[in-house]
Amino acid sequence: MSNLLILIPAALFMGGLGLGAFLWSLKSGQYEDLDGAAWRALDDGDGKPGD
Amino acid sequence: MSCCAPGTEGALEFEKISHGLPSSEELWLSSRDLGNGLRQTDLSVPKVHCGTCITTVEGALKESPLVTRARVNLSTKRVSFVWKAEENGVKTDPVDIVRRIAATGYDAHLFTSAEEANDAYRNELIRAVAISGFAAANIMLLSVSVWSGATDATRDLFHWISGLIAGPVLIFAGRFFYRSAWNALKHGRTNMDVPISLAITLSYAMSLWETIHHGPHAWFDATVSLLFFLLIGRTLDHVMRDKARSAITGLARLSPRGATVLNRDGSREYRPVEDIRPGDRVAIAAGDRIPVDGKVIAGLSDIDMSIVNGESAPVPAGAGSLLQAGTLSLTGSLVLEATASARDSFLSEIIGLMEAAEGGRARYRRIADRAAQYYSPAVHLLALLSFLGWGIFGGDWKEALLIAVSVLIITCPCALGLAVPVVQVVAAGRLFQNGIMVKEGSAMERLAEIDSVLFDKTGTLTIGRPRLTNRGEARPEHVEIAAGLALYSRHPLSRALVSAASSARDFAEVSERPGEGLEAVAPEGTYRLGNRRFACGEEADAAAGSDATSEVVLSLDHRPLETFRFEDMPRPGAQKAVAALAREGFQTVVLSGDRAPVVKDLAARLGIADWRAELSPRDKADYCAEAAKAGHKVLMVGDGINDAPALAAAHVSMAPATAADIGRQAADFVFLRDSLDAVPLAIEISRRAGRLIRENFALAIGYNIFAVPIAIAGYATPLVASIAMSTSSMIVVVNALRLNRLARSEAARTEERAGTEPGVETARFA
Repeated sequence: MSNLLILIPAALFMGGLGLGAFLWSLKSGQYEDLDGAAWRALDDGDGKPGD
Repeated sequence: MSCCAPGTEGALEFEKISHGLPSSEELWLSSRDLGNGLRQTDLSVPKVHCGTCITTVEGALKESPLVTRARVNLSTKRVSFVWKAEENGVKTDPVDIVRRIAATGYDAHLFTSAEEANDAYRNELIRAVAISGFAAANIMLLSVSVWSGATDATRDLFHWISGLIAGPVLIFAGRFFYRSAWNALKHGRTNMDVPISLAITLSYAMSLWETIHHGPHAWFDATVSLLFFLLIGRTLDHVMRDKARSAITGLARLSPRGATVLNRDGSREYRPVEDIRPGDRVAIAAGDRIPVDGKVIAGLSDIDMSIVNGESAPVPAGAGSLLQAGTLSLTGSLVLEATASARDSFLSEIIGLMEAAEGGRARYRRIADRAAQYYSPAVHLLALLSFLGWGIFGGDWKEALLIAVSVLIITCPCALGLAVPVVQVVAAGRLFQNGIMVKEGSAMERLAEIDSVLFDKTGTLTIGRPRLTNRGEARPEHVEIAAGLALYSRHPLSRALVSAASSARDFAEVSERPGEGLEAVAPEGTYRLGNRRFACGEEADAAAGSDATSEVVLSLDHRPLETFRFEDMPRPGAQKAVAALAREGFQTVVLSGDRAPVVKDLAARLGIADWRAELSPRDKADYCAEAAKAGHKVLMVGDGINDAPALAAAHVSMAPATAADIGRQAADFVFLRDSLDAVPLAIEISRRAGRLIRENFALAIGYNIFAVPIAIAGYATPLVASIAMSTSSMIVVVNALRLNRLARSEAARTEERAGTEPGVETARFA
């Protein structure tokens, strides 16, 4: 029982981390131009991912 | 990568002047002030489609010292750039910047940014999907432990954690369904969202009650995963519509944003269209669209009325002529006295007609809602009956309530909620790959029902632009001279001449006489290009040139050198599309505002027996309404402003991408490619989608017939319910994907056909 007290919060925390990362990427506009991002990866001149 | 630079494909240098760039005032008006003397402009660049396009456009913009930032969005085909409002005290002319884009060969248009709010809604939906997905995964894991034998305190703990996760998620992610269900109930209707809302609320409440009383079963997993699946369906549906909408509004915008008003004291002022009052004098330059209805006070010009009445030949206008908003002044500048404000102008009249002509789409109820109409009362009745049955005969009312809830959960239209959107998204994807945009899912349902097709003529069955037909007969040097003259005019016949010529002679000075033609003085004499009377300087008999074709004469000192004949070309694939529709048993009719001989000629050439000519916008809409009354379901294909009421009145409608703004807004489908093949293809795919939707319904209902007795009998444990529910959703999705395979073979065939027809040339106009 006592190990559950650690494991469950840990699982939830890690899941929450993933969720948080997704929500952040959504908010920062990384899904605005999926087609463009695919091409920009091949472009040597542009070193930055998104403005 | 030759595909990636449309500007370099042997384009003539002079073609560039024909790019219709927005005016400097319009750009100022539409740009956003960012502070610090910086302004941002968003333009639609419909031709960008690959990485090289991005680099080319961004590179061209960044070369300018005035541009501080430029970024192309390939998905929405837009470019946004930030520029300095002034440099060294000189006010920037943003057209200089936009010209850089045009110089690379890409067209740039302004677009209305009214639809930006939709993006926010999409993000809200995606956020809800993410959060419900997170909750569903975690609760499912906890449930698995319960099923595998967790007991007593551990089980209660797991139930409590599940409940704590599910509660907020229910409110956050479920709000879309609650809101929609509440709206439906408020108006005395019922839709799919009513049973959904009821099921998730009841199952949550029951599970909570069970948890509090240390019960062995809780339904939190079912509640949340149901929410998750349904939200996926809803998001897909929204993204599909959003994508179509942005592609449609991203194309050229026709109504001008502002116009130059001449004040009484002689000063000029650029004002937004809404601020132009009747009585104001408006200056119209050659190439401008008329912003409001008005009367010409001074100036001469040829007016392109095609967007208003479907007539392909320009109409001369002089002092006293009445002009309608949306028409295009081709050759001369005019001073116009506004007779109506923008709100009461011709365009708004058309909008009024459209609103009055509520066609099939207003009466149409979506398949999902029609299903819900029978489904939800049936489900509620079933749940109630099993509750009363178990209560009265079994005597245990708590047990009865549990069974009633499990009936609700197991019948919850999870598969039904996915059945329609998934198929429609897959179908819309197939259509999109063939250059056809669908505005909403119900349009496909309606398209599958039609029995007759109505076509507009100018711009729909034809390209809407004249093309030179006797290029081979004309002497090359004459073509070169004529192109040199025509370069200076926006008249459609001149444009056609220029695009047909491979080179053009340079003239120092060319003057244009609106309504007559062009004149240039060269060492060997005076060249004239225009109608026969103007070019030959005599009362030439009007017999030359039949009604269906138009001609332009090139003369040297009034001696005719060459006669160029023009014809409005049928759209590529028009004949084949009409033949294909006839084969499928559709009745085809041409509805045109053009003159009878022209319409008759084209109808005969395409093999359409039934045609109507010289129709007003109202006539067209009335024709659609009468056909509907006679029990026909019609598809209207049209492009002009004059078609908009008919597009709205028809059961379902389609417009080419070159259509007037309002036409594109009114149509359910917009096809981006030149070929009219899009019409039979869209019908074909819609019918297949309809068949798949019905199959999916059959699957979902079949699953219910199998599962409901188990639930009513009281044997449905939460484990069984969850697995059964997920499986039925999977099956529905997999079945929808079959459309992909069917459509792929169709696309391959289309490509094959296109490949064997090298003669069909795609028209390239600015």
